[in-house]
Amino acid sequence: MGHGPAVKLGKDNAAGYKSKLGVTMFIVYTLTYFGFVVINALNPALMEKVYFGQTIAVLYGFFLIIFAFVLAIIYNHFCTAAEARLN
Amino acid sequence: MIYTQSPLAIGLFVTFVLFVLGLSFYLARRTTSAAGYYAAGGNIHWFTNGIAFAGDYLSAASFLGICGMIATAGYDGWMYSIGYLAGWMVALFLVAEPMKRLGKYTFTDALDSKFNSKSIQLMAAISTLAVSVFYLIPQMVGAGVLVQPLLGMPHWVGVCIVGVVVTIIVATAGMASTTYVQFFKGALLLICSTVVVGLVLFRGLGTEPNQGGTKEYHKFQTLQAVVANGALQVADYEVVAGLDSEFGKQGFVKLSRDGQETVWHLKEAANGYELEETLYVTKMADGTKLFNGAPKEDGKFYAVGHIKEIMVDGKEIAQTGAVGPLEYLNRFKESTIVLWGKKYVKVGDTTTTIYYQKPTPGSRILRPGLKFKVDNATGLQKFNFISLMLALFCGTAALPHILIRYYTVPSQAAARKSTIVGIAAIGFFYILTLYLGLGAMTNGVINITDNNMSAPLLALSFGVVIFSVISSLAFATVLGTVSGLIVASAGAVAHDLMDNFFGMNMTEKGKVRAGKISAMVIGGIAIYLGIIFEGMNVSFLVGWAFAVAASANLPAILMILFWKKTTAQGVAASILIGLTSSLGLILVSPDMWTRYGLLPQDAPVAFNSPAAISIPASFIALVLVSLITQKKGAMVEEGAEA
Repeated sequence: MGHGPAVKLGKDNAAGYKSKLGVTMFIVYTLTYFGFVVINALNPALMEKVYFGQTIAVLYGFFLIIFAFVLAIIYNHFCTAAEARLN
Repeated sequence: MIYTQSPLAIGLFVTFVLFVLGLSFYLARRTTSAAGYYAAGGNIHWFTNGIAFAGDYLSAASFLGICGMIATAGYDGWMYSIGYLAGWMVALFLVAEPMKRLGKYTFTDALDSKFNSKSIQLMAAISTLAVSVFYLIPQMVGAGVLVQPLLGMPHWVGVCIVGVVVTIIVATAGMASTTYVQFFKGALLLICSTVVVGLVLFRGLGTEPNQGGTKEYHKFQTLQAVVANGALQVADYEVVAGLDSEFGKQGFVKLSRDGQETVWHLKEAANGYELEETLYVTKMADGTKLFNGAPKEDGKFYAVGHIKEIMVDGKEIAQTGAVGPLEYLNRFKESTIVLWGKKYVKVGDTTTTIYYQKPTPGSRILRPGLKFKVDNATGLQKFNFISLMLALFCGTAALPHILIRYYTVPSQAAARKSTIVGIAAIGFFYILTLYLGLGAMTNGVINITDNNMSAPLLALSFGVVIFSVISSLAFATVLGTVSGLIVASAGAVAHDLMDNFFGMNMTEKGKVRAGKISAMVIGGIAIYLGIIFEGMNVSFLVGWAFAVAASANLPAILMILFWKKTTAQGVAASILIGLTSSLGLILVSPDMWTRYGLLPQDAPVAFNSPAAISIPASFIALVLVSLITQKKGAMVEEGAEA
């Protein structure tokens, strides 16, 4: 009773491809994120070092936010292409 | 702390609330079916939904909590921003599309789509309720905090206003109005915050935070003291509590002049001591509080936040003038900023909380470690930190009110695209939080006893108009987030429990009515909790909600999608273990111990973030129970590609 999508969805042949791509990109981002967490936990003084006029902490923080957006755009690009190709 | 109310602020606030209510009533007339109530009919455009994601997500926690934490603890507050954003990558890459494919109205539907199992329906509904209620607490606390300066009303009034207005919104219109309300507020919050950050950069950094020449900043005094015959002597002052007193043991002294008592921070100097002015709050045995020795209304307690020294190319300057965003951080890094430490002195039944100056280099503030103990930390402290960062990372994709937003769009591609719009908007906002927080830290606007209001008060330093707009928006954002949470929990009660689990036969109209009644009950509970948790940093509270969500829901979601041997019993066990272990660990944590009125060091566990234990426990429960029930249970046959 009452299960299944709220709207009718057609069969998505690209689902397998998108799922694999998603997992790969997830691993890439997760490693980047946990690298950040581990440095903060184990060697916080390193984060105070300055490059390009900013502390590593600030640079890494900005990088994580911008990298998330860039990965999202790339992911969407390949998913949309796969949907057009396979469906 | 004294705030002045302006008719403009009140007018704008009322306009916003009326606008939100009007929109709800308008959209309510179009909502007659259950699909319309819980999922806005599944026909929201992806861009609208994406900004609504931002509206949902940038709740009181982000705008009030994170900015407040950055304002008092620097980079550590921004770690929340980074963790919250990173969590969206789990949502985008792993959860968005399959969720859309599997579910109907609620997250329980998605979990249960393969099994049609009673135990999953029950456990998932309970977990949705628990997470939503946990997430409701900080929103309500945030609302209470906002009305104090905005309308001049006490905390509980704010909580009640939100509770009542939201319950009306939800009881009338459901997800469609919630989505549009979130869209407008998400967009406006982004625009207004950008304006404030622009103003912060234009003002630049200065050692005299006089709010653009409009408000004098309190000049904190320094006195010289000498020790004669073992007793402290200060010119023109009488020593009330000296070196041997309880105050003295903690490194403070209490002085008196013209009948007014002040507390000073002791610093050893060449011939005697240097005394630095502090702020102090006295809590008497009967519960009354005095601020710098006088009732709150007297306004003796000052707003704080100033720079001690700005260095540019080795030379000290007083003002940087307008700077760019990177230049701002660069200059900040070279400056010395006065942060505030906190100590308690207990004499008899009277507790004095003393806030004392702690000049800190900017470069130290722009790296972690002021709030989280990571420098020379014990293994347990490091564990606590990693556990929190794990909860933030795993929590987003397990929040019921975020997950239900995937059912409001027409397709999987739309689910994906709206997530990306959400990530862009939220990421941009989180960059702004750093500037809002540092701006508050250096512009003399922080109420040191409750840092939640730092961002709106920073806006106030630029004029009452921008303050009123931002505060009303923040309040409206709370309204929207609370509506989303209440729709999600009402769905859990009415759709998952009453309709599916208990198999009550209800008409379409009956289902919608059941949802509305549940919404009102949950609204009542939220109001109560919002009142008792007054004064805690809202972002910190959200950290707990994330830990509970991540532990109870995420293992189940991920394993259903990616492990073919998952069984219904495994899923139910995982939710049960995740929920109970995370809630249990929170209830016996040091911070809850303080809430019960006990000493934090007496708490049975020594850490506050349960995620690093409860998430693995939940995964292990799922795997073990699934393996044991392999033949009896229904298996996921087609895996992720189903």
